[in-house]
Amino acid sequence: MDAVDRAIINALQDGFPVCARPYAAAAEQLGITEDDLLQRLAALREHKTITRFGPLFHAERLGGALSLVAMRIPAQDFDRVAAQVNAHAEVAHNYERAHDFNMWFVLATETEQQLQDTLRAIEAETGYPVYNMPKLEEYYLNLRFAV
Amino acid sequence: MSEARVIALPDATDRALIVATQGGLPLVAEPYHVLAEQLGISAVEVMQRLQTMQQNGIIRRIGLVPNHYALGYTFNGMTVWDVPDERIHILGPKLGALPFVSHCYRRPRYLPDWPYNLFAMVHGRSREETDAQVEEIARLLGDDDRGHAVLYSTRILKKTGLRLGNRGE
Repeated sequence: MDAVDRAIINALQDGFPVCARPYAAAAEQLGITEDDLLQRLAALREHKTITRFGPLFHAERLGGALSLVAMRIPAQDFDRVAAQVNAHAEVAHNYERAHDFNMWFVLATETEQQLQDTLRAIEAETGYPVYNMPKLEEYYLNLRFAV
Repeated sequence: MSEARVIALPDATDRALIVATQGGLPLVAEPYHVLAEQLGISAVEVMQRLQTMQQNGIIRRIGLVPNHYALGYTFNGMTVWDVPDERIHILGPKLGALPFVSHCYRRPRYLPDWPYNLFAMVHGRSREETDAQVEEIARLLGDDDRGHAVLYSTRILKKTGLRLGNRGE
């Protein structure tokens, strides 16, 4: 990653034009050619330096249900429960965290009822309670990193 | 939700456009024309729909998300705080304004097991950096910090991302 790549990452985190030739427009701002920008973006994506390039959607506004869910699982049952939880397609990410509440996953479903049904199913399968922690208020969301 | 404006839901064509772009924007000179061809609508309509969805907040923005691990921000802590409910609407935006906080949300407590109602994700290049960030938040909250914890992730158990269709972001 060189100085031009860094300039691209910094500039395109703020937005991208909607016009017939958006890469040409963005490239002009950066002082590079359209081809150079396209090639560099492809390389950055290839090397996984960027995780996404495109529209970033507001999940709640797409009409479904979304929640963060926590569980407290004793070490001896952890892998079994992780497998049971992960088997649900509605589970988008799942992280182990160093805390008494040691399993944290994101559930995404078409409806609130499906979300509740999935929670009940996970409790029944695993034998452990779930702590549903939906977002009540969003104060800030920014995935911007200066590089 | 804090946003008071009327929430517009995407229609079937918007949803097709969301599905077509959730893997990313095509890396070709005329990406909106490529999408138009896929969807069987005009490029002008693709651009109009993307602009409308940006205006009504269905699309937060069009742009790039760097992989913070690849950029060296490998220490990510989910910090959780027990703050007074009646002050959280003031404290939440204060935490969100800190440059190292990427997400800041209010979530429900489960007393007595889980007393924390304010969540802020912090990112640093070392454990020392994130520890210092937690201290800075604690100083900022002062007496409103009635207890906090930092939950570092130790393992990714699943990461498929949210998809519309099975639905999502």
